Amino acid sequence: MKYVDEFRDPQKAEALIWQIEKLCHLLETPIKIMEVCGSHTHAIFKYGIEEILPKAIELIHGPGCPVCVMPKGRLDDAIAISQNPNVIFATFGDAMRVPGSQTTLLQAKTQGADIHTVYSPLDSLKIAKANPDKEVVFFALGFETTAPATALTILEAAAENINNFSVFCNHILVIPALQALLNHPQLQLHAFIGPGHVSTVIGTDPYQLICQQYRKPIVISGFEPLDILQSIWMLLRQLVENRCEVENQYHRLVDKAGNQTAIATMNKVFEVRENFPWRGLGQIPDSGLKIRSEYAQFDAENKFTIPNLLVADHKACQCGNILKGLVKPWECKVFGTACTPETPIGTCMVSSEGACAAYYKYNRLVRTGKNKVTT
Amino acid sequence: MCLGIPGKIIKIADVEKKLAIVEISGVKRQVNISLIVNDEHPPETCVGEWVLVHVGFAMNRINEKEAAETLHLLQELASNEIC
Amino acid sequence: MNNSLLNSLWQKKEQLRHRCTQLHDTNITLAHGSGGKAMHDLITDVFVSNFDNPILWQLEDQATFDLASFLSQGDRLALTTDSYVVDPLFFPGGDIGELAVNGTVNDLAVSGAKPLYLTCSVILEEGLPVEILRRIVNSMQAAARQAGVQIVTGDTKVVHRGAADKLFINTTGIGVIPAGISISAYNIQPTDVVIVNGELGNHGTAILISRGELALETQIESDCQPLNSLVETILDVCPEIHAMRDATRGGLATVLNEFAFSSNVAIRIYEQCIPIREEVKSVCEILGLDPLYLANEGKLVVVVGRENADKVLSVMRSHPAGKNACIIGEVISSPPKIVLLKTIFGTERIVDMLVGDQLPRIC
Repeated sequence: MKYVDEFRDPQKAEALIWQIEKLCHLLETPIKIMEVCGSHTHAIFKYGIEEILPKAIELIHGPGCPVCVMPKGRLDDAIAISQNPNVIFATFGDAMRVPGSQTTLLQAKTQGADIHTVYSPLDSLKIAKANPDKEVVFFALGFETTAPATALTILEAAAENINNFSVFCNHILVIPALQALLNHPQLQLHAFIGPGHVSTVIGTDPYQLICQQYRKPIVISGFEPLDILQSIWMLLRQLVENRCEVENQYHRLVDKAGNQTAIATMNKVFEVRENFPWRGLGQIPDSGLKIRSEYAQFDAENKFTIPNLLVADHKACQCGNILKGLVKPWECKVFGTACTPETPIGTCMVSSEGACAAYYKYNRLVRTGKNKVTT
Repeated sequence: MCLGIPGKIIKIADVEKKLAIVEISGVKRQVNISLIVNDEHPPETCVGEWVLVHVGFAMNRINEKEAAETLHLLQELASNEIC
Repeated sequence: MNNSLLNSLWQKKEQLRHRCTQLHDTNITLAHGSGGKAMHDLITDVFVSNFDNPILWQLEDQATFDLASFLSQGDRLALTTDSYVVDPLFFPGGDIGELAVNGTVNDLAVSGAKPLYLTCSVILEEGLPVEILRRIVNSMQAAARQAGVQIVTGDTKVVHRGAADKLFINTTGIGVIPAGISISAYNIQPTDVVIVNGELGNHGTAILISRGELALETQIESDCQPLNSLVETILDVCPEIHAMRDATRGGLATVLNEFAFSSNVAIRIYEQCIPIREEVKSVCEILGLDPLYLANEGKLVVVVGRENADKVLSVMRSHPAGKNACIIGEVISSPPKIVLLKTIFGTERIVDMLVGDQLPRIC
């Protein structure tokens, strides 16, 4: 596959690792790098990148997984909407197994809720047009990468006067999350691997404050293994050279200004919520998107009565600390015992990008030093 | 958080609705190209371009020159020309 | 069966054919399941005429067999059953009828058995077009002929509209295992080699695409095919095969986990050795799926002692159902009950058991 296979070349990976090792020798101290984006977490595990990095580098898996940071209360709200008898509830597959307080969307489906998995928000609009007697609700989640798609779908619904369609909006923003993380007193990090696809929308400029205010270098990275390794190399070079900059590894898709059409579309349809609850990070100001009043007829929070409760996580659940990188999944008391992919307690075990699910699924064996498989 | 895959626009399906057909290694899908078109770059000019596809939308064009430069840099690293 | 008995059976068949009224109904009704003339006409015109064998033409409530004919072919019987509920009924590369025959034939074949006879039970939804049913039964007969089996008894039920999704089929199959063949998931040993007969993930992808909801367009077709002839070819050169399974629901990953668990071993597979078509890889990248878990309906996973691997691979490649056969991995002693994938980077990760169905994801 073009623009994919070339960035998975093992020979180039080997060369990058060697370069990374040289820089680690120069730094002489352990380095903690956080990858913000859940898709980076997934790629790191899929290709075993932690295993080939020098022991001096510790990768910390951050909260850039919109499923992982979905608070229970919002899931309960989604499930409540889906249980309306006249509703067809459309959702990305990612959300189906996420546990709310009592149940999941998947279980609600087995109990009679009419729930469809869709690939695109436009598919949910198609469902609305095909079922004029039903109310179709789309469960919108994701960061700035996905928000423009939801916005365009709402605009299309408005243009075509589709009155049986609405969106339950849970879009969230990356920069406020990074700030919330960096404001946490216990957080220890040297640098960030920045989210490549969010940045195709917002550009690289918004990350300047991370460097200026918090003095952490950040490299915006693509998602193939060579992208991630090159980004780590670029970060180590910054640390060796005492630089603190926003650098762009993902040049082929990201530029400084981002996609102005996408930004304008988002601003047309959405406004920023004063506060939004994040699992494990609590309420973060200015971090969530809400549908503007001009498009109120497409806002499911207007059309439906929802519980709208803030629900605390399970006492044993360490997802919050794991999302902040303070605790490793295997340090959580219920990891792999009460909390498994089959019986998840927290969202980090449900999402394909969640650190707990990744460690359990790909790498849960006895570790000697650095996640080596004993055979 | 953002599964995206490169694909090539092979046809415009609907100019007004800004819909195109993208091909990804033999698999075709209709995608919405609203985010990558404007007056200077109308739909018809997009045929043959490579784009990032996410949830049925073309998010951005892939800059082929930049992609080649990145690979070239990685090749140079592999040949030990950069320290 | 002696000549005079055969003649008598064929005469009976001709009498029945003359008495049987051709089915003119366009849609299945409840009457077709109620035991009366409508049901009789459905059975004889659609099922018996198509499956067309002397045992079935007897129209008894059961099929009977001379035990001696089994004992001359082996020393054990293999019996298996499976129900088929696939949606859509027709998909690129096959249909539910072909699946219903090949799936059961393959479950017998992987034990080393020669598949001989199948049953065919159908549950029909009221309103199903008879033409659809005919197409499916024709497919079953063509598949049965290709596999060398006969469909010798069956059952027909009709349920109210909405109580079933168009058509469900159950087939039960019986075969005979030749003496000396002992294939089991419990036989696997460290140093054994793992071989598959071709590209993985085609069937699961074809079904997913043909449902239409994802609006993806591809040329991918199901790999639905009988494997008994391939298995026979393998056993002719190497009766000492350790384990064999067809990688249906849950894909290669599920079969390997079952093997690792049963024999308390680890299995290591190599990413660059696993044959997957480009379009299947592409669909998986788009939807965030792992091809190792996608269903197949014509793929064999063979575990064989290292000393026999080359000759088994060679004979598989000489057979039409195995021309793309390749070695994908090996068995090691630990960590027990675990399947490992060596990536193209030389790193290793676990290939776990699937939890629930794979769902398309955006993250």
